[in-house]
Amino acid sequence: MATRLKPVDVVLVGFGWTASIIAQELTEEGVQVLALERGVDRATVPDFATTHIQDELKYAVRNGLFQAPMRETLTFRNTRDQVALPMRHLGSFRPGAGVGGAGVHWNGQTWRFLPDDFIWRSHTEERYGAGFIPADLTIQDWGVTYDDLEPYYDRFEYLCGVSGKAGNLQGSKQSEGNPFEGARKREYPLPPLERSVGSLMFDKAAKEMGYQPFAAPAANTSRPYLNPLGVQMGQCTYCGFCEWFGCGNYSKASPQSTILPVLLKKDNFSYRTGCDVTKVLLDNTGKKAKSVIYRDLEGREYEQPAQLVILCAFAQHNVHLLLLSGIGEPYNPFTNTGVTGRNYAYQITSSVEAFVDELINPYMGAGALGQAIDEFNGDNFDHGPEGFIGGGYIALWTTGGRPILQHHLPKDAPKWGAGWKKAMAENYLKSVAISTHGSVVSQRGAYLDLDPNYKDIYGNPMLRLTFDFHANDYKMSAFLTDKAEGIAKAMKPRSIDVKKRKGPYSIIPYQTTHNTGGAVMGDDPRTSVVNRYLQSWDVHNVFVVGACNFPQNAGYNPTGTVGALAYWAADAIRSMYLKNPGPLVQA
Amino acid sequence: MNTRAKYEHVFACLSMAGSEVSNQRSRNEPHGASGLSRRRFVQAALALPVVSALAACSEKTKPVQVGRIFFSADEYKFVKAATARLIPGTADDPGALQADVPFFIDMQLAGPYGRADRWYMEGPWADGTEQQGYQLKETPAQLYRKAIAAINDHCRSQYGKVYADLSEQQQDQVLHDMDDNKIKLKDFPAQAFFAILWQNTQEGFLSDPMYGGNRNFAGWKLIGFPGPRYNYVDEITKYGKPYALPPVGLMGRDGSVLNL
Repeated sequence: MATRLKPVDVVLVGFGWTASIIAQELTEEGVQVLALERGVDRATVPDFATTHIQDELKYAVRNGLFQAPMRETLTFRNTRDQVALPMRHLGSFRPGAGVGGAGVHWNGQTWRFLPDDFIWRSHTEERYGAGFIPADLTIQDWGVTYDDLEPYYDRFEYLCGVSGKAGNLQGSKQSEGNPFEGARKREYPLPPLERSVGSLMFDKAAKEMGYQPFAAPAANTSRPYLNPLGVQMGQCTYCGFCEWFGCGNYSKASPQSTILPVLLKKDNFSYRTGCDVTKVLLDNTGKKAKSVIYRDLEGREYEQPAQLVILCAFAQHNVHLLLLSGIGEPYNPFTNTGVTGRNYAYQITSSVEAFVDELINPYMGAGALGQAIDEFNGDNFDHGPEGFIGGGYIALWTTGGRPILQHHLPKDAPKWGAGWKKAMAENYLKSVAISTHGSVVSQRGAYLDLDPNYKDIYGNPMLRLTFDFHANDYKMSAFLTDKAEGIAKAMKPRSIDVKKRKGPYSIIPYQTTHNTGGAVMGDDPRTSVVNRYLQSWDVHNVFVVGACNFPQNAGYNPTGTVGALAYWAADAIRSMYLKNPGPLVQA
Repeated sequence: MNTRAKYEHVFACLSMAGSEVSNQRSRNEPHGASGLSRRRFVQAALALPVVSALAACSEKTKPVQVGRIFFSADEYKFVKAATARLIPGTADDPGALQADVPFFIDMQLAGPYGRADRWYMEGPWADGTEQQGYQLKETPAQLYRKAIAAINDHCRSQYGKVYADLSEQQQDQVLHDMDDNKIKLKDFPAQAFFAILWQNTQEGFLSDPMYGGNRNFAGWKLIGFPGPRYNYVDEITKYGKPYALPPVGLMGRDGSVLNL
């Protein structure tokens, strides 16, 4: 029997980026906000101190900051005719756990999606005709536009102290910036990071190929920075321990380095760690949530009543909770009806490793230190002759040179033995990788539902992931990889190794933690779980926030858009919902 | 400190990789005050004994004999022989043995990684497809235990000797046969064991020396990694210039808590 706790105004499930942003915004309205975090407490001091955080084995190899599958995992299969099996240890993606969530261990690559990305279906049909989109794709418009989100992208970038160079200031093209980006109202808060050797080589080669390379936007501060909340960040030291690690230098934007010093001082905010939320309880009408149920680390069950429930957990976790709570009709891939779990998508990546004569010193880096081109992203090029939709960016990142996981070897190097050793000595300081980072369509065969065989530690059905990349995405990724190979060759390396993404999708090698969809946003309750303000169509006092809202995935890293959506939803709740609780959009 | 106590002390330091401090608190109070940080740290230390051992880890310890915790003598012989072929070396050009990789693997298997503490290890069990990843019932430690015995059996029947007593050429052949799945093991593919052995060998050669491997920064010196340094603001734009300072580990210039 669950212990019933004192009601709060707002309960947030999870305490990462989206919960921190929403808590900061809603507490400004004077409401009482509580965040429930499944993982441990974490703060810059002592948890990310440089005296112990720069430990590749503990954090990057043994997954020190991430979700432990022993406590929580999902089952996976490529196709509906297979039996899904548990992901027994982390591989393809690594969801964060603990205060700060994935905002602790991300790289800081902070992109805005292109204006056309938000209207992918309507734009594609208008430019290429409806028949151009394969019939089994379920891509759709977002229900918000780039112009709607521009002020919220801006807020997130200024919160984080993003280092970059505008390419399009209020419609006026700027040199050295990304010429393809949507119009932005103002310049980035900080200038770009210093370039690495690799960045300069990529820049030169890309220009020779006729492209317009630019410094990728980085939530790694190129200068000391005081953010609008009055939180001071330090200048990045290029220590090369960003992704998989917390930042001990207050340089990588995270909830800890941008919001929590202000939020945690507020009397109307509190949080609890070690709390696994297992269900949102609805009242007897089924139209309103009354509380959430959670378990503590000793398995004790609590009921936390709240006026407003906001799901801010990692993408798949939000969807799992919706399914366990009976919010939204579960998606049925056979009939293509229902919404919860629909339109799961991911990111398709590939790389071209180049072995060069120049001394690269790869260990001097930052998570979002990179040079990129956007010529082949979104609909920045004519897809007509190519026969696929979507695209991605091509970049050379210098995120660090951690020896176990970040060394590159030529493809003819022996796998082990004396030859391996020699190749390591010859190539570690003299190799770079150009990566491609592509969009992934949504399709009928890719979705999340409840597993019929495997139960989680509380006896609830595990989440089941059914996914493979679509033929469209393999085609698109091969196209991008060819372009990347062209740039790599222009760098005049000793040799290259082209690593195309080949199918089927595997849960094993790490690819990216850019899992999207399952609780998508939109204008039509038949094809979306939440409306354009991220409010459940069925249960008006439940909001769902995160990459699970993406109707399909664009060719960029998701966090910039996730941050913008969190501000967008918080603004709708502040300005509309709290004053007049009820559906913000009539179905 | 007697030898056993010293091992427990070192092991407490080493086993921190892969462990997770778990706590639960309700808090609604000012953050960032030094008193709070101290209290947090004390709470963490009380919650998990290994954290309190950390403070003692930085003290200089007298040389200890490198031994083993997990492996039996025969198993250790196998691991030494196999890792010496995977990363061969000499005193002047250190490889896995000179870098204490077998000791590193022994410590890892005796700790949370060896026990698969963070992995989901409940049934039902099925082989699955290649894309569905690890579906073996064995933890890494169990995998080593079963595989070493089976491979030594294979070597006895094939060559009349256990693996460690074969010629280097034969040892290499057995490693290739494992990787190519040409050796049949009862419970799992030989390739699964080879993959984990090679992964752990690289880890032991290239991870921070505080975990017992990468002795005297052997792996980092080979490739040119200067260790977890904090600040390259002045160096990042010195294009094409070698980095001048020698390797450093999280435990300092000595690198290892063992001070061997």
